[in-house]
Amino acid sequence: MDVRHIIARELPRLRRYARALMSGDPHGADDLVQQALERALERTHLFQPGTNMRAWLFTILHNINANNHRKLAARPREVWDEDVPEAAFAVAPDAQGKLELRDMARALDQLPLEQRETILLVSLEGLSYKEISEVLNVPIGTVMSRLARGRDRLRDLMQSNSVTPTLRRVK
Amino acid sequence: MNTKTDPDLDAMIHAFVDGELDAQSIDAVQAHLKSNPSAAQRAADYRHQRDALHDLYDDALNEPLTAEMRAALNAPTGYSAPTIWRAPIWRMAAAIVLFVAGGVGGWWGHDFTSPTTPDLVAQSSPYVNRAIGAHVVYAAEVRHPVEVAASEEQHLIKWLSTRLGRNVRAPKLGEAGFELVGGRLLPDDAKPAAQFMYENRSGQRVTLYVSLDAVPADTSFRIVERDGTSAIYWLEDGLGYALAGDLPRKDMLIIARLVYDALIA
Repeated sequence: MDVRHIIARELPRLRRYARALMSGDPHGADDLVQQALERALERTHLFQPGTNMRAWLFTILHNINANNHRKLAARPREVWDEDVPEAAFAVAPDAQGKLELRDMARALDQLPLEQRETILLVSLEGLSYKEISEVLNVPIGTVMSRLARGRDRLRDLMQSNSVTPTLRRVK
Repeated sequence: MNTKTDPDLDAMIHAFVDGELDAQSIDAVQAHLKSNPSAAQRAADYRHQRDALHDLYDDALNEPLTAEMRAALNAPTGYSAPTIWRAPIWRMAAAIVLFVAGGVGGWWGHDFTSPTTPDLVAQSSPYVNRAIGAHVVYAAEVRHPVEVAASEEQHLIKWLSTRLGRNVRAPKLGEAGFELVGGRLLPDDAKPAAQFMYENRSGQRVTLYVSLDAVPADTSFRIVERDGTSAIYWLEDGLGYALAGDLPRKDMLIIARLVYDALIA
């Protein structure tokens, strides 16, 4: 099968991952995927047939994103702050499931990039620890410690939310 | 809530949830979880996080590719979008151009008629172009490759036959190792067309496109190829058929002959 088609087949996953990584900015996520796609197509000659195309593409996307992040690092981060009026958090009582998902998205957004991408590569994309260590270019031990810290932070954020259901704030 | 525990065991719980452990370690972790409710709760929470992430983001798997992504995939080699595309107004203009071009070259906005490569498809029947476009788009689809699955084959055939106003059939291709995945209704210029998708054990897919636009002058097999996807097309009983796939030509021909034989039988 043609390399181009293998790349096309992996695109939906890259988009899902980028969408989660840049929660709240679907256009930015698609731009990131586009950048990764173009770079991959420029470098298909560097891809070794029979090796892991998925990991290769995620590596390219990660490197571009890390680079973009360095450029943006000087810019203040947008946060959910305490000034949002209570009404913005009002939800219908039967929307509990949806509410929880929104909390999840917001909690994820509170994590440092390294923890967020590790959690997403494991839990959303189902990559192995070894694949992730290659994608992120860090030792497996680092993958595991980022995963542990990130997941526990997510738990804390979610739990602090559900303690006071009428006042769902991420602190 | 964050009671300090053995860090090694903590790591094992993550690895357990993520399917990274061998059988022996799985047993050990399971035993630990049984006797330790707070650890069991943590494992459950991690799984819950995973499920929530899928609930939140899996929809992205089903979104059609953007015009820019399709353009990049269809460009001859080493494509990179002109920077001018990045400006929203130009992006919009480009989308309109692709849309208009779609009326002629294919509904997909696929640039199969790129001037830098020999224009085999453009010279062939227009439906063949659309058949290749539909193959590239839907054969790559992870979660919704078809509208109606093979499990509802009778309904699928009846529905498509009604919409095309002709009896269409999904030939059996088991002899070539391909099983029907299902099919979908597609726009073929202003007419309906049918697409059947087949898959073999190694996940390779071929699609059979059935068009009312029967332009080829004779019933011989004609072959076109574009960017690694080839289509074998022919006319039979007033319908245009195109078998599209990424297999070697000889394999494509074997399947095309099977289709042909099944259809005239």
